[in-house]
Amino acid sequence: MLFLSVSKLRPGALVAQLVEQWPLKPLVPGSSPGGGTQQQSMEISLIPETLGHISNFVVTNTLLTSWVVMVVLIALGIWAGHKPQLKPSKKQNFFELVLETIFNFFDEVWGDTAKVKKFFAFLATFFIFILVSNWFGLIPGVGTIGFNEHIGDHEKFVPFFRSLNSDLNATIAWAVISVVVTQIAGMVALGVFKHVGKFINFKSPIDFFVGVLELISEVSKIISFSFRLFGNVFAGEVLLVVMMFLVPYILPLPFFMLEMFVGLIQALVFTTLTLVFLKMATETH
Amino acid sequence: MDAVSLKEIASALAIGLGAIGPGVGIGLLAAKALEAVGRNPEASGKIQSMMILAIAFAEAIAIYALVVALIIKFV
Repeated sequence: MLFLSVSKLRPGALVAQLVEQWPLKPLVPGSSPGGGTQQQSMEISLIPETLGHISNFVVTNTLLTSWVVMVVLIALGIWAGHKPQLKPSKKQNFFELVLETIFNFFDEVWGDTAKVKKFFAFLATFFIFILVSNWFGLIPGVGTIGFNEHIGDHEKFVPFFRSLNSDLNATIAWAVISVVVTQIAGMVALGVFKHVGKFINFKSPIDFFVGVLELISEVSKIISFSFRLFGNVFAGEVLLVVMMFLVPYILPLPFFMLEMFVGLIQALVFTTLTLVFLKMATETH
Repeated sequence: MDAVSLKEIASALAIGLGAIGPGVGIGLLAAKALEAVGRNPEASGKIQSMMILAIAFAEAIAIYALVVALIIKFV
């Protein structure tokens, strides 16, 4: 952090001081203030940092971010759906446009409109939540505003907010929800025995092995869902930190645009894959 | 070759080699998709959405390699 002396209160003097200290040193998490000759290091931690505890329940900065995103989305939902009218007002029209675009996309992939209507709330929630939480991580201030925590003899920078999907816990949660709901939907659509019969059937040795492979593939879906989302968002964060560490000014801009694109694509891919697996689980061959 | 330098080399190799497969895969996917659109321009919407889905699958493998590289480097 630059400590500018405010002893001279004339604005021209302030500008003169800023110009004197050009090039401004980037604020890098992990560097101590006024670092001149000290080595500036980047701190990237795989594990989300703890902010505090609510009597034995650990509150991390990603959890705080998820609460903020939830509040924003719930408020947006309540405001958007408030008093819907047959002749839509402009704001209702806009939200209907957004939802209809998502619905048409799902319809095109699935084909069966009745089933899309049944699962639309579930799938659209995945899409909107993951998209908003990915884009929320790009807002200036997220990941940079925080405090220095003293552990032993060295300082660690703990930001208040951190992108939600850069936490493996969150992405594993998404993956588990997706796979479990797919199984339940399959059981509801086909009947419990028929659905379980896909995985465990003793008709012939080959069928048995295919069933075991299907079971393993379900578990691997959890891993692949979670690591795809986690890897993309976490690697994006690391990329942005490195870019801002190297050249803090114009250079990170294309990387921010890349991250916005990646955030959108990952939300889309997660939702589309859930949709495809739901389709495979609920269709009667 | 001490442990620290091996770690660095391991992290670099993990992502370097791990990106070869997906790179080739995505190139092939895009090539076939473009060829299909060239043969049948009316189906370009469907082909595009399927292509993006398949590319995300292929890219996931590269992301797994990147996660391993990051784990080696930072943990």
